[in-house]
Amino acid sequence: MTLLAVDGVDARHGLLQAVRDVSLEVAEGETLALVGANGAGKTTLLRTIAGAHRPAAGRILFDGRDITSSPAHKRVRAGITLVPEGRRLFANLTVEENLTLAGRAGRSGPWTVDKVVETFPMLEALRRRRAGRLSGGEQQATAIGRALMTNPRVLLLDEVSLGLAPVAVEGVYNSLRSLIERGTTILLVEQDLSRALSVASRVACMLEGRIVLEGAAAEMTRDQVVEAYFGLARGRRNGGPA
Amino acid sequence: MNWLNQIIQGVLLGGYYAILASGLALLFGVMRIINLAHGDLAILGAFLALVLTDHGVDIWVSLAVVLPVMAAGGVLLYRVILERSLRSGMLVPLLSTFGLAIVIENLLFEKFGADQRSFFSQIGTLGYSSWQIGSQITIGKLDVIILCTAIGVLGGLQLFLSRTSLGRAMRATAEDPDTAELVGINSRSVYALATALALATAALAGVFLGMRQTFDPYAGQAQLIFAFEAVVIGGMTLWGTLVGGIVLGVAQTIGNQMVAEGWIKDVWGGAGAGDVVFLVVLAARLIYGALEERGGIQTVLGRA
Repeated sequence: MTLLAVDGVDARHGLLQAVRDVSLEVAEGETLALVGANGAGKTTLLRTIAGAHRPAAGRILFDGRDITSSPAHKRVRAGITLVPEGRRLFANLTVEENLTLAGRAGRSGPWTVDKVVETFPMLEALRRRRAGRLSGGEQQATAIGRALMTNPRVLLLDEVSLGLAPVAVEGVYNSLRSLIERGTTILLVEQDLSRALSVASRVACMLEGRIVLEGAAAEMTRDQVVEAYFGLARGRRNGGPA
Repeated sequence: MNWLNQIIQGVLLGGYYAILASGLALLFGVMRIINLAHGDLAILGAFLALVLTDHGVDIWVSLAVVLPVMAAGGVLLYRVILERSLRSGMLVPLLSTFGLAIVIENLLFEKFGADQRSFFSQIGTLGYSSWQIGSQITIGKLDVIILCTAIGVLGGLQLFLSRTSLGRAMRATAEDPDTAELVGINSRSVYALATALALATAALAGVFLGMRQTFDPYAGQAQLIFAFEAVVIGGMTLWGTLVGGIVLGVAQTIGNQMVAEGWIKDVWGGAGAGDVVFLVVLAARLIYGALEERGGIQTVLGRA
């Protein structure tokens, strides 16, 4: 069953059109990885779905309801939560305050501060520390935990491994796997192709604002994705250098 | 002893400035708005109380009406003026609140005329009763009440911000409104609440001004300047407004005493001394900020 549908969405930053006529669907319980080069429009698309960016055209449907004009905080209450790029924690608030804040404003459900700390054990000792004083990996765990506190039906993750040490990335992805096993619906933006392919059930590749390739992760070869990622196929088609 | 008395009077005066400045600091802290109508809103609160006392309501009881009414006015002010202004960049709120200040002044003048008003006659003996320490030091009871109220207001705001979930939402929104929305906080209602609190504290300050001195429709401009000076001296924080208020109050009473002793010419009286302290602190902050930007004073001196 389709939980989230993006229908013909255009999104602009001033004169720059970052997202062009994108349509995609995410089914309940599915993990869709959105890949693509820098500037392909992945972050803008995610922010548009979360309500942080107003689309210039198109519709966003959640659970069959048109939410295109509802503000970000209402979408959180409906069950869409974004873990933004660069984590964006409230640096002056403690880890626990960051978590409880999201718990208050979101939906009721299974996630509590204790449950988040259980999922990310490294946070146990840091509960009273100010978020601005955490390491990158600890911040990312807090950011994901903060999003989980809203008990989302679909979790949007933007570049969760960016700027982290390899061991921290491993930790973050291990907890993602356990979320996926629990049936959380995830839409994930990732630059690291093999990481994306390893957790996702489906992959969509963006190039210059459009989705150029979409399919089941298992049926897709790495070469196919790489080709779409850099727009090589199109280049060949137009007679450009391969 | 005379000097000590002046310092004590200055500290007490600081309580009034802290209440006046707290709302200005709150709006700046949460929304990055410098509300140029803050002083006039305080005076508006005082005139509201005046209308009630003219109808026989006790001045203290009138606060129970004036503060909620002004808070509701704060919600309206946010929704009608500030929200639209904020969308248009940093300068527009400055202009729109400046315009609002002029509108308030002239409406008050239209309705109440230019007479000096005061609640002195409403508060019985409180206006002049005091504790006497020795022959030189006089501590006014009203001033002590105002200082204690200031501590109560700041302490209450502090508890609200640190202990309540709504207060945490306000701190988060102050830090990053976009991300606050992404964790489910309605930033518009947080801003509306901040404006409501700011106007309620402004009105409280306006009523206290009417108890300790006089006010008229154009008294708001001077109050805005005092509030602004207290906020800048105190460093834009909540308790900083009390520190800044006290520093400003002491500077003004000492300035008055220096005039009385004939050491300085009476140009603007005590307010002038307050202005000087404000300018010195402001200059120090600017220079310190510029030094920090270039890597701290050690680096700059080492380079020279």
